[in-house]
Amino acid sequence: MTAILIAEQVLNGLQFGVMLFLMAAGLTLIFGVMGLINLAHGSLYMVGAFAAATIAGATGSFLLALAAALISAALAGALVELVVIRRLYDRDHLDQVLATFALILIFSEGTRWLFGSFPLYLDIPAWLSGPVMLPGGIQYPLYRLALIVLGLLIALGLWLLISHTRIGVQIRAGENDREMIGALGVNISRLYTLVFALGAGLAGLAGALVGAIQSVQVGMGEPVLILAFVVIVIGGIGSIKGALIGALLVGLADTLGGIFLPELLKLFTDPAKATATGSAFASMAIYILMAVVLVWRPTGLFGARV
Amino acid sequence: MSREALVNSAALLLLVAVPVWALWADEPFTITLATRAVIFALAAAGLNIALGWGGMVSLGHAVYFGLGGYAMGVLAFHAQNYTPLMDWPFTITGTKSMPVIWLVAMISSAVAALVIGLLALRTSGVYFIMITLAFGQMVFFFAISWPTYGGEDGLSIYVRNSFPGLNTLVPIEFYGLCLSVLCVILFLNARLIRSPFGLALNAARQVPHRVETVGMNPTRLKLSALVISGAVTGLAGALFADLNRFVSPTMLSWQMSGEIMVFVIIGGVGRLFGPVVGACLFVLLEHFLGGVSEYWQVFLGLVLLGIVLFGHGGVVGMIAGRGRTHD
Amino acid sequence: MTDDVLVTHDITKSFGALRANDGVSIDLKRGEVHAIIGPNGAGKSTLIAQICGGLAPDSGTVHFLDHDVTAETVRARARMGLARTFQISALAMEDTVLQNALLGALGAAGRSWRMMRNVLKDTYLCGEALAALERVGLADQAAARTAELSHGQRRQLEVAVALTLQPRAFVMDEPMAGLGSEGSKQLTALLDELRWQAPILLVEHDMDAVFALADRISVLVYGRIIATGTVDEIRADPVVREAYLGEEA
Repeated sequence: MTAILIAEQVLNGLQFGVMLFLMAAGLTLIFGVMGLINLAHGSLYMVGAFAAATIAGATGSFLLALAAALISAALAGALVELVVIRRLYDRDHLDQVLATFALILIFSEGTRWLFGSFPLYLDIPAWLSGPVMLPGGIQYPLYRLALIVLGLLIALGLWLLISHTRIGVQIRAGENDREMIGALGVNISRLYTLVFALGAGLAGLAGALVGAIQSVQVGMGEPVLILAFVVIVIGGIGSIKGALIGALLVGLADTLGGIFLPELLKLFTDPAKATATGSAFASMAIYILMAVVLVWRPTGLFGARV
Repeated sequence: MSREALVNSAALLLLVAVPVWALWADEPFTITLATRAVIFALAAAGLNIALGWGGMVSLGHAVYFGLGGYAMGVLAFHAQNYTPLMDWPFTITGTKSMPVIWLVAMISSAVAALVIGLLALRTSGVYFIMITLAFGQMVFFFAISWPTYGGEDGLSIYVRNSFPGLNTLVPIEFYGLCLSVLCVILFLNARLIRSPFGLALNAARQVPHRVETVGMNPTRLKLSALVISGAVTGLAGALFADLNRFVSPTMLSWQMSGEIMVFVIIGGVGRLFGPVVGACLFVLLEHFLGGVSEYWQVFLGLVLLGIVLFGHGGVVGMIAGRGRTHD
Repeated sequence: MTDDVLVTHDITKSFGALRANDGVSIDLKRGEVHAIIGPNGAGKSTLIAQICGGLAPDSGTVHFLDHDVTAETVRARARMGLARTFQISALAMEDTVLQNALLGALGAAGRSWRMMRNVLKDTYLCGEALAALERVGLADQAAARTAELSHGQRRQLEVAVALTLQPRAFVMDEPMAGLGSEGSKQLTALLDELRWQAPILLVEHDMDAVFALADRISVLVYGRIIATGTVDEIRADPVVREAYLGEEA
């Protein structure tokens, strides 16, 4: 195994991590501000991907496709918040789980109805395809590199939004004390719709960006949603910083585990068996990471201490 | 007789009458459908112990359901291939005997519930939900990428496993067996919730700090309930795999966890017969809506939304009134 | 064995820069009611949490029945017979009054792992629970759902649950909270009898109840005990009048 291979896998891990961050950031804000567990966040990821694939197919423009993903997911999020989600804020978590599970069924089967069961494909535009030479002689796909940069820029943008704007003040107030934002004269229901739409838009954007590497299909959102939950458990509820660090940790653990565990097992057993066994255990790496964090810090790395 | 007792009796009567009618009218598919409903009811009865009385919103019960399924699959696989399960330090062979398979299914699910519970009960609320969901996904991916037992394709069994004194290949006999198991579990469940443990567990859900100040450990009470709950759902998994003569990672998927939870909630959380009513309704909806449209789950989603937003206490709750009975 | 049932020795607890308890030493003797009074934010809740477990003091010790229990859990202290009541009733609202009372009896008897026997057929537990309900005057409500009780009855049930523990000492956190003058009088009469069963550490805002019941009063202000004495001594104490009673006048 060479240093270049390792560097490549680290970059892959980062790329996976920043995409998870886009999912986890919205989820953790929604948890933090509204106290809501939203299983349908993965559906919004899927909505973004399908919108992007449709627009890219119609116009041929990747940028328009991304804009469509962001806007349609944000709109779908706002709509869902207005019609269903806002009736759930005062309910217990069980009701929230069931209602958002029902939303998954509606979104998934509705999408299958509209688009059929076959996956769609979203092509990487010419100006982002091909490899790029990095310092140290590492060849790396330009598109994946662009995802890392874009993801980090969005993280920076979110941080600026939350720490330097009026909306950010309201969001932070909402996380600390829900009665306080009322006292500040903030229109709470508008703030909630806005936060939900923001989270949905980020999820939709992630869906489109990842959709260009993988395929766009029904059910693509839920595995990512569950990984985003792992990210939040590791990072701590309500913390954007926790979401970023947690996402990068999960991304790295997943890709590096997939490389190193089979190699490690090859030291003890024959190569074919090592590869199979190793990849089976590597699929557990991130969950073991989560278990370790739970034992060490049950409320996550950056969660509020209880 | 209270209204809830009436609902329960009616449900039990239907579970006996419908298959008997199906046998007379020679409708074997109806018997298979009823078997499916009874096994789902058993899986949901397991979850109900954790969710209804322990207040633990476990979104990972597919782990126990699937482990039960794989307990059956693995044991029967080795039995039909005449290969030992392991050679060292002592030889363990496969088996086609249901009682042994059930025992293995319940023990392995209980152990899984113990490990997951020890970690997940360090937290509560949304953390608990996310953690159970995540560990479910972990086991799912492990099953997919572990090639020995079929990986993604799952395991098929040629002949249904055997139970002393019965021909399990006859649908009505297998149905009777499943229904008997369900009745035994519900009877034990009823005993459990009336017992000192049930009383303490029920209080641990409502006022954990009070339970603590009378000298009991609410976390340990909940953990025990989760272990029992996992074992029951695991038993259901073994039966489900035997019904289909097939086990695959689908039984371990998050959708399965969601469905088991749906059975409990549409029937009525914390009601003895809630899971039974819920599972039967689900199987009926699946059958009839599925006949109307390939995309029947859209309508299922709408029905569920309606129940959450406008109906409280599930179907049993709506018929029997609000108050839950624990006495 | 001394007369001291429950003693805190110089306990201190800080939250960040805030000293919630600063060298608090109090003691509770056989047969007495010792009241702790003080304005809101004086550190009474912090003190109770350290006495009953759940919050460990930064320094100082808690002794119960001549044992150092500073490091013991809430559960261990409860099993030794330290019975507390909550300011906000901590009752299983969905359950019946009897079931709530049974909970304490169950904990005291260590029978919570019996899984197959009907708890209502356990004559020992039911006897204990009914006796406690009888004692607080709720025996006729045993079958009622707790959510249907009046506020005053819930306060009585709080005391009944504590009674089923066969307590060696009570720690009561504002038992009179939210009661009208009639309910307050009834509960005061009940507590006056209970002191002979086990002494009561009473944290209370209701001054009529405190003056009627207390053998001794300690005044907690800004985390420190500024005075301890009989009712008359405390009433006459100029420091107390200025720091606490004066505010109310």
